[in-house]
Amino acid sequence: MDETMLDGNAAAGDLQQLFAVEVTQAIGVCDGCGNSGPLAEARTFALGPGLTLRCPACEAVLARLVRLPGRTLVELRGLRRLEIVPPS
Amino acid sequence: MRPETPRARTLVLDVREWRGHRAGQHVDVRLTAEDGYRAQRSYSIASPPLASTLELTVERLDDGEVSPWLVDEARPGDEFELRGPIGGYFVWEVPRGGPLLLVAGGSGLVPLMAIERLRREAAPDVEATLLVSARGPGDLIYAAELEGSAVVAYTRERPAGWTGYDRRVDRAMLEEVAPPPERRPRCFVCGPTSFVEVVAEALVALGHHRALIKTERFGATGG
Amino acid sequence: MSPITRGFRRREPAGDDSRLPPGQHLVAGFPVLSAGPTPHTPLEDWTFTLDGEIDEARRWSWAELRELPAEPVHCDIHCVTSWSKLDTEWEGVSLDTMLEGIETEAAYVTAWCDGGYTTNLPIEDVTDGRAWLAFGYDGRPLEPEHGGPVRLLVPHLYLWKSAKWVRGITLRPDDEPGFWESLGYHQRGDPWQEQRYWGD
Repeated sequence: MDETMLDGNAAAGDLQQLFAVEVTQAIGVCDGCGNSGPLAEARTFALGPGLTLRCPACEAVLARLVRLPGRTLVELRGLRRLEIVPPS
Repeated sequence: MRPETPRARTLVLDVREWRGHRAGQHVDVRLTAEDGYRAQRSYSIASPPLASTLELTVERLDDGEVSPWLVDEARPGDEFELRGPIGGYFVWEVPRGGPLLLVAGGSGLVPLMAIERLRREAAPDVEATLLVSARGPGDLIYAAELEGSAVVAYTRERPAGWTGYDRRVDRAMLEEVAPPPERRPRCFVCGPTSFVEVVAEALVALGHHRALIKTERFGATGG
Repeated sequence: MSPITRGFRRREPAGDDSRLPPGQHLVAGFPVLSAGPTPHTPLEDWTFTLDGEIDEARRWSWAELRELPAEPVHCDIHCVTSWSKLDTEWEGVSLDTMLEGIETEAAYVTAWCDGGYTTNLPIEDVTDGRAWLAFGYDGRPLEPEHGGPVRLLVPHLYLWKSAKWVRGITLRPDDEPGFWESLGYHQRGDPWQEQRYWGD
């Protein structure tokens, strides 16, 4: 078991600065295998040059985030869909 | 600040423009050295939403960069940056009800304590079962506050005369301690990654619905 | 402007700063950074493949790799996240040995790995004694968390180019951005020119 692997809760801080809503509660659908679940349950690798969120079922990359000086790059290709329920 | 164990301390913070938080959320703490070097780490909020000050309980990691400063160095009057509150998934609010099952490994107890403190203050009729795993009595945070109300499993050292659990949390222990799945307890599991994985899988194997189990994995490194 | 935190300083050993590229600092340990779970390919299933712009793809098993002449590599390593480690000791097979006898017009290579990681490099950055397939670190077999059984080792570039769990290199005419190069990181990554990000 990789003790350095976290979950999507670890990405919440960085994602919060980019999205108007809190996305770790959002339900993502993996484009690789169709598995769905809250982003908070994504396997998260946060120690590298960027943040990588992977599907807990098939390990495919769901999303990546890189913080560069002056800008942040986000890739969401591995998410077929994101379902967000804004707070009422 | 309040010492909690030989390695952990609770810091009481006065945060400018703090707008409140929900039980289970965390903050990002950022320290800046004179040469501009910065280090940032996440810490769960220990205080419940109703409290007048914000409290963080931090455990020192031996090769940590931020935790040693927070636990050993920080003095009243010191300032640092904080981002938050963060997190909407690993959160409990009174309207969600219970019963609650809170399973903590090591410092994973901190956000669960915020939930428990909220429950005691605002919804004491909600039933809660708290199961805490700690290496030994010297590692159990909030020991006095938990006395009599939490089930503790000591994994390495025990107090003299201990008759409680003396092993890692496993399926059998959860079966004995947790409300049965028919009661649909809302489960919150927090601690190191391997702890959370074992507990979450065991709860599912016992018949608890995945949708009722919320998890938060803490890194073993990066403190 | 961040307020200075009284009494806080970077935790690091004293060391020879003069050997550090710009923006780097020394560390004592060997940090483990990755973008995915650690793969565990059994050695009997492990292969390394050279393909792409060559007449015939070549493949080596673990046993065959270990029969090739290996050499010690003594080098400094520099991670783009700003830590550096000096005087590290590795053991591996030079990529020149792997490419011996192969004719190619390829200008670039892509290294690909267990777990899906990729990285791209100009071919001159992996030839003429600049790159190895490393299977030993510090006198012992390379640990899985550090890229074992075999990782690419290209010490003159940032460490993200030294792809962990490498399983093959594809020779190509064009430069195809790899895992980090497609999301902000420099295509080449020379620490001495501080080529960390796009546009550097």
